[in-house]
Amino acid sequence: MYLAVIVLIPLVAVVVNAVNQSPSDFWQSISNKVALDSLVVTLVASVLTAGIGAVMGTLLAWVLVRDEFPGKRIINAVIDLPFALPTIVVGMTLLALYGPSSPFGLHLAYTRVIVLIALLFVTLPFVVRAVQPVLMELDPEVEEAAASLGAGNATIFRRIILPALRPAILSGSALAFARSIGEIGSLVLIVGKVQIASLVIFTDIESSSSQAASSLSLVLIVLSLIVLVTMRRLGGRVVH
Amino acid sequence: MSISRTAKWSLRLVALAYLLLLLLLPLGVVFAKTFEHGFGVAWSWVTTPAAISALWLSIVLALIAVPLNTIFGVVCAIVLVRRRGRLAALLDGIIDLPFLVSPVIIGLALTLVYGIHGWFGTWFLNHGIRIIFAVPGMALATVFVSLPYVVREVGPVLRELGDEQEQAAATLGASGWQTFWRITLPSIRWGVAYGVILSTARALGEIGAVLVVSSLVAGQTLTLPLLVYERSSQVGAAAGTSSYAAATELAVISLVVLLVMTVFTPGRGRRR
Repeated sequence: MYLAVIVLIPLVAVVVNAVNQSPSDFWQSISNKVALDSLVVTLVASVLTAGIGAVMGTLLAWVLVRDEFPGKRIINAVIDLPFALPTIVVGMTLLALYGPSSPFGLHLAYTRVIVLIALLFVTLPFVVRAVQPVLMELDPEVEEAAASLGAGNATIFRRIILPALRPAILSGSALAFARSIGEIGSLVLIVGKVQIASLVIFTDIESSSSQAASSLSLVLIVLSLIVLVTMRRLGGRVVH
Repeated sequence: MSISRTAKWSLRLVALAYLLLLLLLPLGVVFAKTFEHGFGVAWSWVTTPAAISALWLSIVLALIAVPLNTIFGVVCAIVLVRRRGRLAALLDGIIDLPFLVSPVIIGLALTLVYGIHGWFGTWFLNHGIRIIFAVPGMALATVFVSLPYVVREVGPVLRELGDEQEQAAATLGASGWQTFWRITLPSIRWGVAYGVILSTARALGEIGAVLVVSSLVAGQTLTLPLLVYERSSQVGAAAGTSSYAAATELAVISLVVLLVMTVFTPGRGRRR
């Protein structure tokens, strides 16, 4: 009941609102230049985020589990920073570093690059936190056995470690992807004229064209659902 | 897998440099910009009436959303773990929706239902209750976005726990409530605590969904994140001390939350 009132009814309203128009209107609201551009930027940025996040997240998890160095616990806590930090603060930090008054002369704000940087920032913990526990439980004996049979490091990584980590990496980056598709808080201050899908939806709502907003929303929802379902098929359950 | 010293050091270096460049450097710059005109100037910006009321509204919204979602989360996790079946599977899928759907879409959804021309909005307006562009709508949005955290933290703990202890308590004559209070709750307390911290962080920091349903009137419907947004978009590109100060205030609050998370949830590393 609680779930229905809070979550289900409102979301059903979006779908109904999107479907409740002529197909040509629906098509018009998602295929006009602004909407289409924003979808492309959002999709490309999200795919890149998921990809880079998968590589760097696995590397970070590796260092945190297998390496020992002073201050490791602090680094481990820092990983959670993007979860704890309000997204608008993330936006402000990026504006401070890459904006017009950047102390290092890095003027990346209002470009597509900044979208990618922001998304990498907010999705950093997903892959790390998915891979870490799996890596912790991975039995080093198997790796030692492989090594004693003459396998090099590259082979061990490719044949033994990577297959074990694959489900975790996939589900982590699927979450990162879904998050990137809908991200707004960290981007709202720094994208300038670069159109991203969630901001186009916001502009549509502000200008009271709720059907256009609903249509684009439906596309985004379907996109993240497809990715999550595929990732689940490929790699087992999504862990949070 | 034994790796050479060089490889080990370069991996460590890459990992630390990535963290430093992506997370810590930008944050440092915000702190520096906040205090570039001295501590007094920054302090005066976070103690304006608008800033204080924004802080209060953020706290009030968190105080509404977090307890509701904690009670719901614990009950829901118990149902999900202890009952199997189609309904539970469906419930399981629905719980994740707030994570999957963009905050803006959540805001849009609430507007469509509770807004002026919304399904229930007209009825509420006729009874003199304004939901969208007012605090009730913002509360709904906050509850929505912070809903899954407690369920998702408590669920795995319950599953690992099994139900032998509960059954033992039942055979010894304990009632359902007694079992819950004396057996179940103490064993899941770290899961609950971690879920509560995560929901609090999210509730305090939410902007996307709240932005859509707020009227952005200072002193009435501005939360702390919205205040940052307002101040920053007013001054445009040359975001000044006013917005940096508010951002730092928000960052400090969330850093405290992060600290609490690290210090008071020792069971986390083990469980995961």
